[in-house]
Amino acid sequence: MSISPKTSDLTSDKLASSDGSLSREEMFLLYRRLLLARLCEERIRLEYAKDEMKTPVHLGIGQEAIPVGVCHCLPQGTRSFGTYRNHALYLALTNDTDGFFGELYGKAIGPGKGKAGSMHMTAPEKGLMATSAVVGTTIPVAVGAALADQYQGKNGLVVSFFGDGAVEEGVFWESLNFACLHRLRILFVCEDNGLAIHTATAQRQGFRSIPEAVSPFKCHTASAEGSNLLSVIERTRQLLSQMEADPKPGFLHGTYFRFLEHVGPQEDFQMGYRRRPTPEEFEHLDPLLRFEKALREHGGSEEEMLQVRQAVEKQIDQSVRAAREAPFAPPAELYTDLFA
Amino acid sequence: MKSTMTYRQALALALQKEMEADSSVFVFGLDVPDHKRIFGSTAGLLEQFGPKRCFGTPLSEEAMTGVALGAAISGLRPVHVHIRVDFMLLAMNQIVNMISSLRYMTGGRLKIPLVIRAVIGRGWGQSAQHSKSLHGVFAHFPGLKVVLPTTPQDAYSLLRTSIRDENPVIFIEHRWLYDVQGTVDDEMKVPLGPPALLREGNAATVLCTSWMAIEAMKAAEVLAKRGVELEVVNVRTIAPLQDEELIASVMKTGRCIVADYDWAFCGFSAELAARVSHACLGRLKQPVERLGFAHVPCPTTRPLENAFYPSAVGIIRAAERMLGLRELDLAGESFYSYEQRFKGPF
Repeated sequence: MSISPKTSDLTSDKLASSDGSLSREEMFLLYRRLLLARLCEERIRLEYAKDEMKTPVHLGIGQEAIPVGVCHCLPQGTRSFGTYRNHALYLALTNDTDGFFGELYGKAIGPGKGKAGSMHMTAPEKGLMATSAVVGTTIPVAVGAALADQYQGKNGLVVSFFGDGAVEEGVFWESLNFACLHRLRILFVCEDNGLAIHTATAQRQGFRSIPEAVSPFKCHTASAEGSNLLSVIERTRQLLSQMEADPKPGFLHGTYFRFLEHVGPQEDFQMGYRRRPTPEEFEHLDPLLRFEKALREHGGSEEEMLQVRQAVEKQIDQSVRAAREAPFAPPAELYTDLFA
Repeated sequence: MKSTMTYRQALALALQKEMEADSSVFVFGLDVPDHKRIFGSTAGLLEQFGPKRCFGTPLSEEAMTGVALGAAISGLRPVHVHIRVDFMLLAMNQIVNMISSLRYMTGGRLKIPLVIRAVIGRGWGQSAQHSKSLHGVFAHFPGLKVVLPTTPQDAYSLLRTSIRDENPVIFIEHRWLYDVQGTVDDEMKVPLGPPALLREGNAATVLCTSWMAIEAMKAAEVLAKRGVELEVVNVRTIAPLQDEELIASVMKTGRCIVADYDWAFCGFSAELAARVSHACLGRLKQPVERLGFAHVPCPTTRPLENAFYPSAVGIIRAAERMLGLRELDLAGESFYSYEQRFKGPF
């Protein structure tokens, strides 16, 4: 059994990016976003056993660098579409832990008033338009949003996040084809953890690799090391500048390691379908450890990092408390929001 | 202004008027701008509005339906067209998992003003995959509006209303209705919801959808010759269903025949029968009768196909049974008059 994703030498942990290095301020902002996603999910793991959070959670521990990195590069007004593994994406775009935990606890203060839950986190006012629990389903919707930008003469950008399993759905290819045909301003982001629930890529894909399969289409493609935030940022920036120079869709492929079970708060290495990473692999696959190392190498002190962590923990504490105390939507809410 | 036109012309006129009124309206789908223009129902749009607002698509029903949704939540008003409603089955994931639910799942923060037009095929060997109606299937899912116009006026007015609606509307058009002529008042507005009273009577109420309204009117004409007056009520919007007028009619006549253009089993006719039976229990002189497709896939060959579909004859026989009348000799009657106009091939 191999650990997926393969470790790669695509990029080093340097601060280099296509248009210069990241400022110290940006580095700490990114650190905060990575930590926010990680600590929110660690908090869910702690709280989940209390059975108050009655929503299936697809935790993204290991995935965070891809949504955090991509979102860092997006121009104002970008609209994003995601999957059921959307926590880091929602938090990166909104920083709204009150709404986030409110929705997880099924309370009226959640963005979906408790009608959405973990799998359908959205924030249209912050550009997170839709997330879906059916694989591949938001991809064409994102393409439609990009078509609308083109139709309305807006120089907008749309990002579609999906997993490697989505590439096996027909609708992915239908959507990619249409976006390339119309040269839409859309960035496809494949978050590849090498697993569709519990089934590995080798058992599912009859082609050599996802980037190679996409390469004949009329779009810009790039691969990032998805566990490395700096690699994600570098490759995203590179793609966005290519899309600017030669208007065509972009396709970013990033591999990452899913540390937990497909759905639920536990590890599942004992189930035998994949092995536990060695401590050395672990350090390489954990985007938070990777980024902390890079931060230290570039002068970030332990004290500064601790301050960020404490501020995030405080924010999460307050939001969890508020969410637990918040009221549920009244029964009459059942019939609202069906039609406009 | 009032003028006489066919159903297909009424559809094209409605699209033209809405596209003139609102630049966010666009019409797309496979073969929408080709030389046949979806049996003429998109005629003139490409010439007047250009390829940006009237365009063809790849053969990708699911993705194109998702594209319509993405455009709708971005401030546009897409009209997506399928030359057969059967092809919508390829897009059910988008229709059912996304379009019907997305507004609800976002706590009401997104609006989804889109129309999906689809044509029901019949005759000339359309067989099992080009002949379904599916309106009951769509109506089953909360969050979708489902409209089936029968007359040219309804085709015109209800399509305009559907395009202006802020919600997803499935708009289903019977192929044979395309040749029906009628007077269309281009100022007339018809809201989604209320049924149309096509004929007043006192003997029994026929609740009918789509092409079955034509059959019901023929049945009423035949029965009127022996002094039996059917009341014909055309259910034009089946979801959300507005049933007050349907129930009021049955309360008046005391008898109800549901003639639905779909399979009866688990179909929309069962919903109507249940509502009428519940609301009119003490008033009904006979149990509600239901007519629909035979419970088999649609066969190709004409004799079997004729047996598959409900018809005016079936309505006449049902009315006779309910009223305790002997069966009239129908040898001298001319049925299927509209089918004679349909020469295929599609």
